Amino acid sequence: MKLSSAQFKHTARKNLHDVRLQQALHRLQERFVGARAAALTDIDDLPRLRAAATEIRQHALTHLDVYLEQFERQVVASGGQVHWARDAAEVNRILLELAARYQVRKVAKSKSMVSEECGINEMLAANGIEVIETDLGEYILQLAREPPSHIVAPVVHKNKEDIADLFVRHHHRPRTTEIAELCREAREMLRPHFLSADMGISGANFLVAETGSALIVTNEGNGRLVTTLPRVHVAITGIEKVVPTLEDVSVLLRLLTRSATGQSITNYVSVLTGHKRASDLDGPEHFHVILVDNGRSQLLGTELEAMLRCIRCGACMNHCPVYQNIGGHAYGWVYPGPMGSVLTPNLVGLSEARDLPNASTFCGACAEVCPVSIPLPDLLRHLRVRQLEQGLRPRRERGSLRVWAWFAQHPRAYAWASRLAARLLRAVANRRGMIRRLPLAGGWTDGRDFPAPSGRTFRDLYARRTSS
Amino acid sequence: MRVGLFVTCLVDLLRPRIGFAALRLLEAAGADVVVPRTQTCCGQPGYNSGDKQAARALAHKLLDEFQDCDYLVAPSGSCAAMIRVHYPTLFADTDDAAAMSRLAARTYELTDFLVTIAGLQTVPGTFAGRITYHDSCSGLRELGVRKQPRTLIAKLPHVDLQEMHEAQTCCGFGGTFAVKYGDISARMAENKCAQITATGADAVVAGDLGCLLNIEGRLRREGSQKTRVLHIAELLAGETPEST
Repeated sequence: MKLSSAQFKHTARKNLHDVRLQQALHRLQERFVGARAAALTDIDDLPRLRAAATEIRQHALTHLDVYLEQFERQVVASGGQVHWARDAAEVNRILLELAARYQVRKVAKSKSMVSEECGINEMLAANGIEVIETDLGEYILQLAREPPSHIVAPVVHKNKEDIADLFVRHHHRPRTTEIAELCREAREMLRPHFLSADMGISGANFLVAETGSALIVTNEGNGRLVTTLPRVHVAITGIEKVVPTLEDVSVLLRLLTRSATGQSITNYVSVLTGHKRASDLDGPEHFHVILVDNGRSQLLGTELEAMLRCIRCGACMNHCPVYQNIGGHAYGWVYPGPMGSVLTPNLVGLSEARDLPNASTFCGACAEVCPVSIPLPDLLRHLRVRQLEQGLRPRRERGSLRVWAWFAQHPRAYAWASRLAARLLRAVANRRGMIRRLPLAGGWTDGRDFPAPSGRTFRDLYARRTSS
Repeated sequence: MRVGLFVTCLVDLLRPRIGFAALRLLEAAGADVVVPRTQTCCGQPGYNSGDKQAARALAHKLLDEFQDCDYLVAPSGSCAAMIRVHYPTLFADTDDAAAMSRLAARTYELTDFLVTIAGLQTVPGTFAGRITYHDSCSGLRELGVRKQPRTLIAKLPHVDLQEMHEAQTCCGFGGTFAVKYGDISARMAENKCAQITATGADAVVAGDLGCLLNIEGRLRREGSQKTRVLHIAELLAGETPEST
């Protein structure tokens, strides 16, 4: 996926004034925030479940090598094959080799954010292979040639009118804005592709080390068709998705679906193990898993390791007041919101996404809802430390920081400077005590007044009071 | 009970009245209050801008200034959380870890201190009218300050607390965020002000001056002069603009 995180401010500003997008974001918040809260009331002891989920994910990361190797052995034992990909280029090379080996002309895909990371669709198309996205949201985005704006609800930025127009243009059928009709239309369009695809590509919500299974959690049923109808099934996912046992998955699933969509369980939970056996009525003849690193292993053993616990529920973005106002596209890559603001700089480079760690008020709503207790504000703060160390902050910001730090450590100079500032700020206020415009703080005064001080510092008033 | 009042840099510069209100409340609670003269800032602006070195230097300075206090109290959830939650992290695995942890353990946000430690029974405030309360993020999520201010508000006989929708949603201040990402910040403030206005409250009250500056600035820019914007200490102490 094309990286545009450097345009964060520009896109955010544009999105703040996009009325349709604002309505869509409002609907997302209404639906997901409330649904999550309601769904979690089913759980007797939420803190305990959350601690258990956190522990499972952390344990898997601590012993990642062990569980990945166990996973590979189990995949091989069930007749499949595991491929290790260091980066996007290796993923694409492996996929092309598989496509050539099995004479693949058409690929049906279910939803996979890792495949967005690697730009698989563009690569396959460039090699003459037809790719069809079959998740409804992703299908719509493929028609619109747009990237996803949310990791669970990729097309949340569009409303049904947008989708109706898009379908008319591509399907040449009478326009409808009935959601059931739109779904039926997409289903009719997709069905022949499921039947004629040579390869199905899925992601994986979890990899189960003890069984060698790739597990996917879906609502539409397209995931089952993609992973069972074509001759070849390839699951592509990040190395961090492995967990030791199916028992562990059952703990994580209770939190994943509730945190993501507010469902106690999704319509489909598919545990995909190996290829079709002699006794099976259906299933792929060949089963492959591509394990993608693409920058993840660099986080192991660092202050940012906790980020790899992420189970991609999207709760952090649903609850983030910044995401709620600017939408996912502003973040400029595959992963938006707080989790994206940590992941993106790590996966694409800190200097490519300078705004992301800074565009947070550290309100902590994300960490509060994270089902695996990722301290997202702490991780963002750590990225700010790295930015400063690597000289990636603007000169003016670094300069102001130095001036502030010097004054704050010199109380007499500080008292003098704040006395002066209190008077100056008072002097430029209007009769209501508000400052309409402040040089160097246009970011504040463009959208707000600045309430002026009374003119005397506490320090001075207190000294006067105690001496009299 | 010797209590060190950490006034905070924002209150010192922009609204000294909040400092005097805090002083009055602490004295009403029976505390022997000291206000170290050399205090400046807790270091949060540096800490949140990635400058750990400056944050550590200011933490040391603050530790020295409040060394002989039984408690450190700040009229700000954000500054109190910086000391209580983040100082120990900043000094983990250093020789100062124990001293910083002891300082952290005796640091409180004002309303938390008044309710949890001092058990304040009556408050001097005299405000009459409807108010709504905004839960500032750091106090709420890092210190668990939610019931404490409401317990104290309930002691004001002529105050009717009308809760706003999404009282726990960030107002958009976020320190330097408000300047660096001004348009996102202003939109968040706009949303917050809409919730405040919808309650029909005469005053919006919060425990952090940063949020109050943001909210007041946005209300006034929108042309709303009616809703008053008060710090919880001002409300409880009766140190409101027309009382001084």
